[in-house]
Amino acid sequence: MPLTPERLQEAYRQMLVIRKFEEAIRSLYQQGKIRGSFHPCVGQEATAVGGCWALRKDDYLTCTYRGHGQAIAKGLNVQAAMAEMLGKTTGCSKGKGGSMHFTDPSVGLLGANAIVAGGVPHAAGAALASQLQKKDNVAIAYFGEGAVNQGVFLESLNLAVIWKLPLILVCENNLYSEMSPSHETTSVVETYKRAAGFGFEAMRIDGNDIEAVYNAVESAAARARAGGGPTYIEAMTYRLWGHMMGDPEIYRTKEEVTKAKENEPIVRCGKRLLELGCTSEDLTRLDGEAESIIADALQFAESSPAPQPADAFTDVFI
Amino acid sequence: MSNITYAQALNEALREEMKVDSRVFLMGEDIGHHGGIFRVTKDLIDEFGADRVRDTPISESSFVGVGIGAAMVGLRPVVELLFMDFALVAADQIVNQAAKLRYMSGGTVSIPMVVRAQQGGGRGNGAQHSQSFETWLAQVPGLIIVAPSTPADAKGLLKSSIRAGNPVIFIEHKLLYNTKGDVPEGDYSIPIGKAEIKRDGRDITIVSYSRTLLFALEAAETLAQKGIEAEVIDLRTIEPLDMNTILESVKGTGRLLVVHEAHSNCGLGAEIIARVYEQAPDSLIMPPRRLGAKHVPIPVAETLEDVVLPQPADIVNAVEAMF
Repeated sequence: MPLTPERLQEAYRQMLVIRKFEEAIRSLYQQGKIRGSFHPCVGQEATAVGGCWALRKDDYLTCTYRGHGQAIAKGLNVQAAMAEMLGKTTGCSKGKGGSMHFTDPSVGLLGANAIVAGGVPHAAGAALASQLQKKDNVAIAYFGEGAVNQGVFLESLNLAVIWKLPLILVCENNLYSEMSPSHETTSVVETYKRAAGFGFEAMRIDGNDIEAVYNAVESAAARARAGGGPTYIEAMTYRLWGHMMGDPEIYRTKEEVTKAKENEPIVRCGKRLLELGCTSEDLTRLDGEAESIIADALQFAESSPAPQPADAFTDVFI
Repeated sequence: MSNITYAQALNEALREEMKVDSRVFLMGEDIGHHGGIFRVTKDLIDEFGADRVRDTPISESSFVGVGIGAAMVGLRPVVELLFMDFALVAADQIVNQAAKLRYMSGGTVSIPMVVRAQQGGGRGNGAQHSQSFETWLAQVPGLIIVAPSTPADAKGLLKSSIRAGNPVIFIEHKLLYNTKGDVPEGDYSIPIGKAEIKRDGRDITIVSYSRTLLFALEAAETLAQKGIEAEVIDLRTIEPLDMNTILESVKGTGRLLVVHEAHSNCGLGAEIIARVYEQAPDSLIMPPRRLGAKHVPIPVAETLEDVVLPQPADIVNAVEAMF
């Protein structure tokens, strides 16, 4: 089922929710209310929404610390996500996981990971479980092109192919591995070629085109559900903000970032909606709806209680 | 009761758990038709098929990670590492992932996975195939660590581990596989976290586990001939540690020796002695001692390995020095 114009409007609003979520976190971070690091996904919203919306709620997802967008797009409650950022008991992990470990298995979100390729075998494992139990759920793992040089990533490529797992790997290639240009650190920077070398059905797509992402993941999922095995999608995108808060971004010019903004996914989706017959008033309305979702989440998170000291000793085998 | 080997006891535990619980499946190198290099998974592929007795490539990080993912969505994988030394190849998945995901998720996911591996020296396998890693792993909150010494304990503890609902590191010893013992028939389990007094004695408490537990029992017989009655405690579980059994025994004997094959430096011996001093400082009438591998990599030549790893005679000497 392709994205209908109506659903595309909802997807546009979902991307705005993710963008505004990250903007709100930046503001909270600047106020000193966020502990630890924050790795924004601003500019990469189309890969998240396009991919996750092409899947079912009971399909599985793993992602990385830059996965706020994917987690929300898969169905993580925005209020629980915001509360987790503020370390509250109402957070999706009761304040124990924080920014880098959003988890909610009720929507298939098996976890964001602070090890860049650490979650890739987990998605493969969920895919194997589905295959073993003769179910038709698929698993999707998101990661950046910075993850493709970790051993476990390459090992997992091999396993996925030999076991023909119902697995979709989405590489968000945003050109930078942390603070280094990826072409300086990666032997074959067209990462889909690596996957193809392992025997994957592999492709490179425009990751800032939400419809392209949706269509690619939808086809991959259909193939996986039918027993056709894994697919690798390299989605070309761009990280509009730095690797993390406080990144001086000495590895790129301001001009490069300015130019990238012309191609960013929310602007492009807005233009597309106007082509499809939406009015600018419609877009403003969707923006306002996203704004109020975030305002509610902030209100919820700020007013939620902090964990009690005794909570430090629960949720683990002692 | 049947008199079977440690490897056969493990095989029985796997077979019985796979029969009663379709969520249980096995992964590891050469565990299928080959039956595992120590025959622990012998013939299981014939009964349960290649899907559930799954041979893996030599890529420990990914197949331990796959076990984690499968466990998160409800299966009960039992993952075999060919040698415990390879746990370091998969260290991220064991330490950063399996041990922490339940906690980091606020308890919304759990990892009911067992990682089995054999460890230890004594047969000249060299420095990368002979190490004992329980102390490293015991440093990581979130892992259960068991190390049975007898066939009966091996079977009972493996069944408990598969049912534990949390990640378990199941430590076997390459030189225990062919040891024999009486094993109850049918379904039974040994509780995790419970030590067992394997020999009663009044003069000294010897705490050990895995292969050196057998050494401690052997040494105790020698000591008995010299008039020293040693009480020998088999920890069976390393984490969580059954301190009550140790403390009760030490209160009766006043002397304590901890023996393990892992390196002595910063080892479990140090931990147990520290806890005894913290929790029952007046129970000791002599300074306690520990015996572990000496602080060098494990060598191959027998004359070298025997010096580096604790032997029954070393236990006898250490005990005699405390009287």
